[in-house]
Amino acid sequence: MSAVGPPDRPDRLSLAHLWVGFGLFGVASLLGLYQLLERNGLVSTSAATYYQSMTLHGVVMAFVLTTFFIVGYGYIVTVTSLGRPLPWPRLAWLGFATMLAGTLVAALAIASGTSTVLYTFYPPMVAHWSFYAGAALLLVGSLPWTVITIVMTVKWKRENPGRPIPLPQFGMAACAILWSWTLVGVVIEVVFQLLPLSLGLVPTIDLGLARALFAWTLHPIVYFWLIPAYVALYTIVPKAAGGYLFSDEMGRIVFVMLLVFSLPVGLHHIFVDPQQAAGWKLMHAFGTFLVALPTLLTGFTVAASLETAGRLRGGRGLFGWIRKLPWGEPVVVGGILAALLLLPGGFGGLINASYAMDTMVHNTMWVPAHFHLIFGGSVVLVYFASAYHLWPKLTGRRLRSRGMAVAQLWLWFVGVLALTIPWHVVGLLWMPRRTAYNPYDPEIVARWRSYTAPMIVGGLLMVLSALLFLWNLLLTHGNRASEPDRRMSYADTVEPVVTVPNLLNGFAVWNWLVLVLMLIAFAYPIGQFFFIDVHEALPWGAR
Amino acid sequence: MHVHPLERRWAWIATLMVVAMIVLVAWTAVVMRIHPPSNVETIDSTRLHLTSEFAEDNLGVKREADGTVVARIVMARYMVRPPEITLPAGVPIVVRAASADVLHGLHVAGTNIGTQVVPGYVSQVHTTIHFEEVEKAGIANADGSVTVPIYCNEYCGLGHQSMWGRIKVTRQ
Repeated sequence: MSAVGPPDRPDRLSLAHLWVGFGLFGVASLLGLYQLLERNGLVSTSAATYYQSMTLHGVVMAFVLTTFFIVGYGYIVTVTSLGRPLPWPRLAWLGFATMLAGTLVAALAIASGTSTVLYTFYPPMVAHWSFYAGAALLLVGSLPWTVITIVMTVKWKRENPGRPIPLPQFGMAACAILWSWTLVGVVIEVVFQLLPLSLGLVPTIDLGLARALFAWTLHPIVYFWLIPAYVALYTIVPKAAGGYLFSDEMGRIVFVMLLVFSLPVGLHHIFVDPQQAAGWKLMHAFGTFLVALPTLLTGFTVAASLETAGRLRGGRGLFGWIRKLPWGEPVVVGGILAALLLLPGGFGGLINASYAMDTMVHNTMWVPAHFHLIFGGSVVLVYFASAYHLWPKLTGRRLRSRGMAVAQLWLWFVGVLALTIPWHVVGLLWMPRRTAYNPYDPEIVARWRSYTAPMIVGGLLMVLSALLFLWNLLLTHGNRASEPDRRMSYADTVEPVVTVPNLLNGFAVWNWLVLVLMLIAFAYPIGQFFFIDVHEALPWGAR
Repeated sequence: MHVHPLERRWAWIATLMVVAMIVLVAWTAVVMRIHPPSNVETIDSTRLHLTSEFAEDNLGVKREADGTVVARIVMARYMVRPPEITLPAGVPIVVRAASADVLHGLHVAGTNIGTQVVPGYVSQVHTTIHFEEVEKAGIANADGSVTVPIYCNEYCGLGHQSMWGRIKVTRQ
C-alpha cells in the first residue's frame, strides 16, 4: 500500500521520539513502584520525596510518554499511509528539540524540589516558573507535528480528489486537530495566569477561571492519548492477525465522534467544585455519556475484525475463532488485552461521569484506579504493541524476542488488574488519593490493609514488565537477524472502500460543529468569572 | 458507503444504552433532585477569619433559627477546623466549608458529604446522614454514636496526608 520505502521515511526521527518517551517511561515506572511502597509503609523516606516523585511520575506518564509517542508514531503513520515523504524534516527535528528541552527544564524544576505541584498543578499552589515554561515548551514542540499532519492531509486530498483519505491518516488527522483544540484551555491558563503568577508579575489569580480552563483541556487530552491506540486497533491489529478491518466507515465515524464529543464535556472533572452551577455540570455529564459511544462501536468493529482473522485461520463455531488467533504475535496480543481492559475501565468511567454519583468516588483512590486501568492499561498496552510492530520496520532488525514480548504484555495486563482492582475497592472505602502515607485512625487503616498485598504484586509485575519491554527494544537494535519486510502496511477492509461521503473524508464541518459546541458548553462557565464579583486567590508554595 | 447490518444493529444498541444512561442521570438530577455542590457563592478567603460566618467562634455545628442544622468548617493547611464535630443522623443538615489558603477537598466517609473547597468560594452540601451507612464506615463509640473520618482528599501541599478530622454521628 505504501510507496514510501525506508530511505524516504523519517525512521530516525520517529525512533528518537519513541526512545525519549519510552526511556523516561522506564524511569517513571520505577518511581511508581517506589510510591506504592512508600504509601503502604514498606519504605519510608519523606512526604516531600513522595510528592516530588509523584509529580515527576505524573508529568512523565501523562505528558512526556504520550506526546513523544504520538508524535513519533504519527510521523511514520502519516508518511507511510499517504505515501508521501515528510515535507519539512528540519521543522520536525526542531519540534523534537523543543519538546526535549521543555521536558528537561520541567524535570530540573521538579528535581530541584521547588515544583512539587503534581502533574495537575492546581493553583493557587505555584511551582517555580521554569516548571510552567518547560511544560509550555513541551506542548509548543508538538505543534510542528500538528501542522505537518494537517498540511499533508490537506495536500493529499487536493491531489487525490474523490478518493477517501486512508483510514490511518484520517485517525491521525483527527488526533492532530483534537490536540489543537485541546491545548487552547491549558495554554491560556499557563501563559496568562500561571507564568505571570509564578514570576511575581501579578499578585493573585482568578481560580474559577483557571479551573475552567484546565477542565477544557483535561478531557480531550485523554482522547489525544487514545486515538493513536485506536488507529492501531483499526488498521494494524486486524492485518497482523491475518484478517481484514470489518468496516472502514465505522472507523471514520468513530474518529469524528471522538473529536466532536470529547471536547465540550470537561466540566465533569469539576463536578464537585462550588463555582460552577448545576445546570452546566449536568449538560457536560450528558455529553460525557456520548463519548462512550465511539468506544462501544470500536469494541464491536475490532472484535469483528479479529473474528474475520480467526475464521480465515480455520476457526469454527461461535467462539472457536478466538483460539485460532495468532497468540504469539505481540501486536495482536497487545491489542486484544488492551481492548479487554477497556471494558472495566469504561465501566468505571461511566460511574465517574454520573453527575451526582461522582461525589461518592471523587478524589478517592477510585480515581487513580480508573485512569491507571484505562490509560496505564489499555492505552499503554497499545503503545507497547505498536512499538513491537514498529521497531523491526524502523531499525531493520528482527524483534529480539517475540516470546518475551508476548510474556511482557501478559505481565502488564495481569499487573494492571492486580494494582487497580484493589485501588478501586479502597476508593469505595473512602481512602483519599494522593497521600504519602495513612496517618488516620488505626481501625480505619486496618480495613484497607488486606488490599495492600495484591497491589504490591501488581506494581512489581508492572515494573518487571516495563523493564522487559525496554530490554527487548534495546536488544533489537543489535540483533543480527534482519527484518525482511520493512514496509508499513495497513489492514484492508472486508469490502473495498471506493468512496466515502464528504462528511467522513474531512473535518471542516466538524470543526465548525466543535466551535459551536464549545461556545455552548464553555462560554458561560468561563465567561461568568468576568462579571461575577470574584475574590482572587493568593499564591502558595507546596510547603 | 456501506455499514454491515450487524454493525448497524450494534450501533443502535449502543446508542440506546447511552440514551438510557443519560435518562437515568437526568432522572436522578431533575426528579430526585440530587446534585453535586454547585452554589456559586463567593467569599474573600484572605479575610475568612474576619467574616462573621467563618470566624473561629462561629465554626462547628449550630442549629439555625429555622431549625436546620448547619456545620461550618474551615479547611486550611493542614487541619480541618474544628477537628472534631458532632452531627445528628436522620435529619437534613447543611455543611458549609471555605478554604483559608489553597485548594482542598472535603470528604466524609459513609456520607454524601463530598466537595472541593476552592479559595474564594463557599462550598455547600445539603444532605441527610444515614446512621446504618456511617456504622459501616466508621468506628463505634461506647455511647452508641459512630465516629467517621473527614478527609482532605485534594493534594494541598507536603502535609496533605495529615489533613483530616473526625465527625461523631449520633443516632437520631
